Amino acid sequence: MPAPYDLNDDSVVVIIGSGAGGGTLGNELAQKGIDVVILEAGPRIEYDEFINDEWDSFGQLAWLDNRTTGGGWRVHKDFPNLPAWIVKAVGGTTTHWAGASLRFQEHEFKTLTNYGKVEGANLLDWPITLADLEPYYAKAEDKMGVTRTNDIEGLPGNNNFKVFKAGADKLGYKECHTGRMAINSADRDGRMGCQQTGFCFQGCKWGAKWSTLYTEIPKGETTGKLEVRPSSHVLKIEHDDSGKVTSVVYADKDGKTQSQKARIVCVAGNSIESPRLLLNSASSKFPDGLANSSGQVGKNYMRHTTGSVYAIFDKPVHFWRGTTMAGIVRDEARHDPSRGFVGGYELETLALGLPFMAAFLDPGGWGRSFTTALDHYDKMAGMWIVGEDMPQEQNAVKLHGELKDKYGMPIPDVWFTDHPNDVAMRNHAYKQGMAMYDAVGATRSFPTPPYPSTHNLGTNRMSEKASDGVVNKWGQTHDIKNLFVSDGSQFTTGGAENPTLTIVALAIRQADYISEQMSAKSI
Amino acid sequence: MVTIYQGRSGLSRRELLKRGSAAGALLIISGSAVLSTGEAWGLESTALKPETLATLIQMARDIYPHDQVPDKFYAIAIKSHDEQAGKDAAHKELIEKGIADLDQKSGAGGYTGLGWEDERVAILRQIEETPFFQAIRGGLVVGLYNQKEVWPIFGYEGESYSKGGYIARGFDDIEWL
Ligand SMILES: Cc1cc2nc3c(=O)[nH]c(=O)nc-3n(C[C@H](O)[C@H](O)[C@H](O)COP(=O)(O)OP(=O)(O)OC[C@H]3O[C@@H](n4cnc5c(N)ncnc54)[C@H](O)[C@@H]3O)c2cc1C
Ligand code: SF4
Repeated sequence: MPAPYDLNDDSVVVIIGSGAGGGTLGNELAQKGIDVVILEAGPRIEYDEFINDEWDSFGQLAWLDNRTTGGGWRVHKDFPNLPAWIVKAVGGTTTHWAGASLRFQEHEFKTLTNYGKVEGANLLDWPITLADLEPYYAKAEDKMGVTRTNDIEGLPGNNNFKVFKAGADKLGYKECHTGRMAINSADRDGRMGCQQTGFCFQGCKWGAKWSTLYTEIPKGETTGKLEVRPSSHVLKIEHDDSGKVTSVVYADKDGKTQSQKARIVCVAGNSIESPRLLLNSASSKFPDGLANSSGQVGKNYMRHTTGSVYAIFDKPVHFWRGTTMAGIVRDEARHDPSRGFVGGYELETLALGLPFMAAFLDPGGWGRSFTTALDHYDKMAGMWIVGEDMPQEQNAVKLHGELKDKYGMPIPDVWFTDHPNDVAMRNHAYKQGMAMYDAVGATRSFPTPPYPSTHNLGTNRMSEKASDGVVNKWGQTHDIKNLFVSDGSQFTTGGAENPTLTIVALAIRQADYISEQMSAKSI
Repeated sequence: MVTIYQGRSGLSRRELLKRGSAAGALLIISGSAVLSTGEAWGLESTALKPETLATLIQMARDIYPHDQVPDKFYAIAIKSHDEQAGKDAAHKELIEKGIADLDQKSGAGGYTGLGWEDERVAILRQIEETPFFQAIRGGLVVGLYNQKEVWPIFGYEGESYSKGGYIARGFDDIEWL
């Protein structure tokens, strides 16, 4: 049963955030008998309360606290206060995610070595290799029930996939299937199989899709070693004179400030809030923010090179029916500079409901060119591009100079501008995607610009040397031994793959390390 | 919240039609209301001029023209500006001034006096960067497309959990490939 811990209990590991990184780490540590408190800013909303309605669900789960944007990306113009689509609830963004679960490719851990110096990019090799992560990928896939691993069958293809597959075949693509999805294709691990309801982005009301909310968290709670404290928004991490972190200050559900003591603190608030919290925790000892001797906290913000291609056919597709993203072409994921860019990309099926399609097909667009596209909504097919983007120092999460949140803490200001490599990759992907649909008879297709970021990465990056990044190969900050980063902000570079499987694998690996170090009394 | 009602009392459908044809317009103004002769509904204005509401409805259709979507849904979509204008004087001024400017740019007969969509769109293109236009367009994205009654017109089926998803209802029923 959930164990309530005392605010003055300084033996606990405090984890900030209960999403892919934090929720997994919490359960892994609890399974090892370690006492854990997860502080989660959002409420606890169980899966039967999810809503099959795009805007209502967004209102129920999304992080809506004010944020600002800057830089050359179109999101800055179209959604100036919504740089990212992230969830504020127990389970974090694993409530809204689509479930695509891919391993990084070997070369993607060594981009500086394999791509060479790219002008304007802050490329760096990860301090770990694919071989280091493979055993943890295997554990993560088993834990999450990823299809096409562990003898789990693939999901059946829906209408959107069938159009996509026909196009892929026509273009001669070899690796096209219904994906490696953390969605049950049949009952598994006490959860039922996918019912093809088509609201994966709104939270799976059947629990068929993996989310820490109803897997890791209740499993951890059953050990009696994990307490999840919802509606607890962390404002600041505090340290002692020696520089060790000692406690975490948070606003509780009534807005009252509380302080939870801790032996170890793990930050897992996703790549905007995690660096913001480290920066907001500046002190006289650490005037530039915690763990920021490298100056890299908040820098190298990555969001994947994304975009979508939608196409209209002369007959119905009904692409919103069934799994939102169960379909992939992997042929373009390789590193092949002859295409005019380094790194690669994946193409994945995607469908939006009518309300979101209206908002995202061509934000700001109007008139007949726009509305005649929606007139054929039932004859549309769609796909999403997800490719490796270049880390750049000036792409960053900064503290806003004036604006503060309701607790008086500076809000995050998210800056992003595409690197020329990102633009070249996106244009290549648009062309390939449109060619796929043309090949099956599309009468019109649309290269749709990137949405607010769903993959937020890199703002506390992992590095061999303390001068190049924020955390070491275990996600432990270079500067402070008992302070860890446990989410996607650790990524040194982004790879072409959707990030969550890697976040989960890193969290499992980090739990092993933390428990060893605790037993050795070195932290 | 939205006072859209069918068959407004005190004004018979025949009377509506008569007035409508007399005015030569689909939407007519009666007191503080905008009345639709063809679709037989009325929209009561509370803060904005009824003429302003009628022009907004036309403007909404010109921004997001769907010939298969009746005026009623555009009326519902812009109604929130009337409500907001009632609470916020600055918003009222934004809308009234915006519409006055639109009419002025459109010549003697005003915006709704321009017969072709192309002519009206040419005027809208002149103002598309203004806060007024952006407020109207931005509001429509949710105001129009998030009406559940509009979804079937586009074929969108909405909520599916209560029907057991699409596993037995055609998630893979495509036949023409
Ligand atoms: C629509 C959508 C579809 C997606 N599909 C996929 C997919 O198919 N495959 C894939 O790999 N990824 C997908 N993603 C991305 C995936 O959801 C994220 O990569 C992943 O959840 C990130 O994990 P995280 O632990 O870094 O952060 P999150 O899961 O976002 O969790 C962070 C948590 O920290 C909490 N928090 C933040 N700040 C504080 C604070 N100060 N105090 C307390 N709590 C705090 C937040 O409320 C949140 O609950 C998708 C995302 C979206 C939005
Ligand atoms: S399509 Fe499947 S995984 Fe997605 S929400 Fe529905 S049941 Fe869950």
